Amino acid sequence: MLKALVIDAGKCTGCKQCEMACSLENEGEFNVAKSRIRVFDFHTEARFVPYTCTQCSEAWCQQACPVNAITTDSMGVKVVHDNLCVGCKVCTIACPFGTVNYNASTGKVIKCDLCGGQPACSDACPTGAISYQDAEQGGFDKMKVWASQSANAATSEGPNTPKAAQASGSGH
Amino acid sequence: MGWTGKILRVNLTNGTVQSEPLNMDWAQQYLGQRGLATKYLAEEVDAKCDPLGPDNKLIFATGPLTGTCASTGGRYSVITKGPLTNAIACSNSGGYFGAELKFAGWDMIILEGKSPKPIYLNIVDDKAELLDASDIWGTSVWNTDEWIKAKHQDPMIHVATIGVAGENGVLYSAIVNDLHRAAGRSGVGAVLGSKNVKAVSVRGTKGVKVRDGKAFLKATNEGKKVLAENAVTGSGLPTYGTQVLMNAINEAGAMPTRNSREVQFEGAHDISAEAMATPRSTDGEKNLQTNQACFACTIACGRISKIDEKHFTVVNKPQYWHSSGGLEYEAAWALGSNTGVNDLEALTYVNFICNEQGLDPISFGATVSAAMELFELGLLTTAQTDGIELKFGSAEALVKCVELTGKAEGFGKELGLGSARLCAKYGRPDLSMTVKGQEFPAYDARGIQGMGLTYATSNRGACHLRSYTVSSEMLGIPEKTDPLTTDGKPALVMAFQDATAAVDSAGLCVFTTFAWTLNDIAPQIDAAIPGDWTPEKMLEVGERIWNMERMFNHRAGFTAQDDQLPPRLMKEAAKTGPATGLVSGVDKMLPEYYQLRGWTADGVPTNETLSRLAV
Repeated sequence: MLKALVIDAGKCTGCKQCEMACSLENEGEFNVAKSRIRVFDFHTEARFVPYTCTQCSEAWCQQACPVNAITTDSMGVKVVHDNLCVGCKVCTIACPFGTVNYNASTGKVIKCDLCGGQPACSDACPTGAISYQDAEQGGFDKMKVWASQSANAATSEGPNTPKAAQASGSGH
Repeated sequence: MGWTGKILRVNLTNGTVQSEPLNMDWAQQYLGQRGLATKYLAEEVDAKCDPLGPDNKLIFATGPLTGTCASTGGRYSVITKGPLTNAIACSNSGGYFGAELKFAGWDMIILEGKSPKPIYLNIVDDKAELLDASDIWGTSVWNTDEWIKAKHQDPMIHVATIGVAGENGVLYSAIVNDLHRAAGRSGVGAVLGSKNVKAVSVRGTKGVKVRDGKAFLKATNEGKKVLAENAVTGSGLPTYGTQVLMNAINEAGAMPTRNSREVQFEGAHDISAEAMATPRSTDGEKNLQTNQACFACTIACGRISKIDEKHFTVVNKPQYWHSSGGLEYEAAWALGSNTGVNDLEALTYVNFICNEQGLDPISFGATVSAAMELFELGLLTTAQTDGIELKFGSAEALVKCVELTGKAEGFGKELGLGSARLCAKYGRPDLSMTVKGQEFPAYDARGIQGMGLTYATSNRGACHLRSYTVSSEMLGIPEKTDPLTTDGKPALVMAFQDATAAVDSAGLCVFTTFAWTLNDIAPQIDAAIPGDWTPEKMLEVGERIWNMERMFNHRAGFTAQDDQLPPRLMKEAAKTGPATGLVSGVDKMLPEYYQLRGWTADGVPTNETLSRLAV
């Protein structure tokens, strides 16, 4: 099963625990400037939004890399190989979402690699704004909310019976 | 490890910046932030100096847990001699600025002297520069924040700045960071303004390391679990903010109302947390839009509010139609109950202006409240108030006052001096609800007896954050005591004062102590820094800090006479609620408190006490 980070910005408080967990996991120290996930503060609109790499299937960062330093692992994760990366930053330009970034202290690029299958950001999030779920069901919670609203707006009431045409097996 | 080990010393007179090593012996004795910076100030500054003169210094200080994943580990404090009180001042703030300063590699910034012209201090990791602030001098906190980020083309910068109030010497002006978090009390903003420093802006890209990473994660994760499972920190504060207290304190008859003439406010419900979370009848929107966490905080008590666009305060002012920092309990009380105003939208607007112009809403609201009483007595008239009908309950008057005070115009200049100076000027010093010149916060000393002793003995003037015995007397944390008696309160106040001084020196928020005891905190500190930090060591450090602060004030000229409450609380009994018939028993508690502290009957630490604590 492919898993993905699912972000519910409505639950984010802007505490940056995810950024600290990420930098500790990847840099061995608390350093939000080197975090692969970022929380953006839109408090004038009463919103805080965590954002990171979505692991595109057809990843432009990977396509653009001239030295093949970005590969796809068995979980679909796009991984940067530091021994190959030459720090040209072409991938940072190619990524439409800005989630690949240059790390000046190493001369390489950094991006989310889902921590090898146990993302530290999701473990650290105190409100459940970041969860790690089956990639094929990432939208189900939102679907359920919209579904419940459409149920409230329904015009007819039960009991519900099959339409005559369907029940009789129209066609064949 | 925990500390970065580096101090940035800025000589504003000469325009020089230099790095120096942190005194690690002092760090073991005073931990960080409040304690350690006060040690530096006490060693370097003459306690008798003019707080607004070049001999005073101002220190921005982080704690060893600032910039770590310990819950609430993002705090910083501003330490200086305060102009409102002439006593030691130490104002603590959250937001993101403190952690950013740590990430830039600095435990502290010491600002000394006075710049010949307006400047701001810009820090990018090791590089610190004094830059021309003439384009932002005379502008608001919000404008300054935006201007600096645009100037340096870096939205990740965090800014701590004064508004116009700090430039104009308003004696309770604040230093505001991240637009709406503030080192709010005692006039630290005026000290920065007196030095011609508009702001400090920081961008940090270095890391913070801890002594034992595994032990640190274990201790901080256990701490976070305790916060999440506690009713106050896990549910009450994130849902309702500190405003969760409004109805409870009112029902307890401990809500100072109309300059402490009364102890219950009939309009409390209209300005409560519940009111903030209820859709308005006017536009169907809620005042409270969401909650916000400060850096690393897993409680998230901050309020983000939006004013009704049709409300008279903002009707033609779209610049106030966005969401921003909303009412905390102290602000809602000071601006509301204390002035008799029950208009939630007006209070939110006044709170916005306090943030935008850099004012402490507690001292501002309390000063307006005292002015309203002077006005009702006929000692102040519209001739002096620029025509403002300064009546209790008038939202219009309150709004005009904040606009004038923020800009330090007209009658606003008088309000900017605080209630002690205002009441003295108009012949009724007894009407100023202050200790050491600083206005009371939101708990009446008749209804919560421990808070009377808290105010009387607070080293920075009346303050709830030096020993929040409300926890014990109202909420039963860590154990329930009777708010209406003085029995056992001196020991309770002392224990809270010492523990709080240690928490304030760690980089943590004192709100964690609704759930955490020192047994939860000490392992987090111990895993971060060397020195075998136990709860006992923290209490000893706290007691050392308390006595050091007391000695600073002693050298500044303070005596036991300055540990008194205003006569109103000693003579006028509460008229309603559970405390009916009671006055404050602070006079009964003080002798026992001095004795427990190891001080003379005149409130001076004895030589034995000072040498026991190595102050």
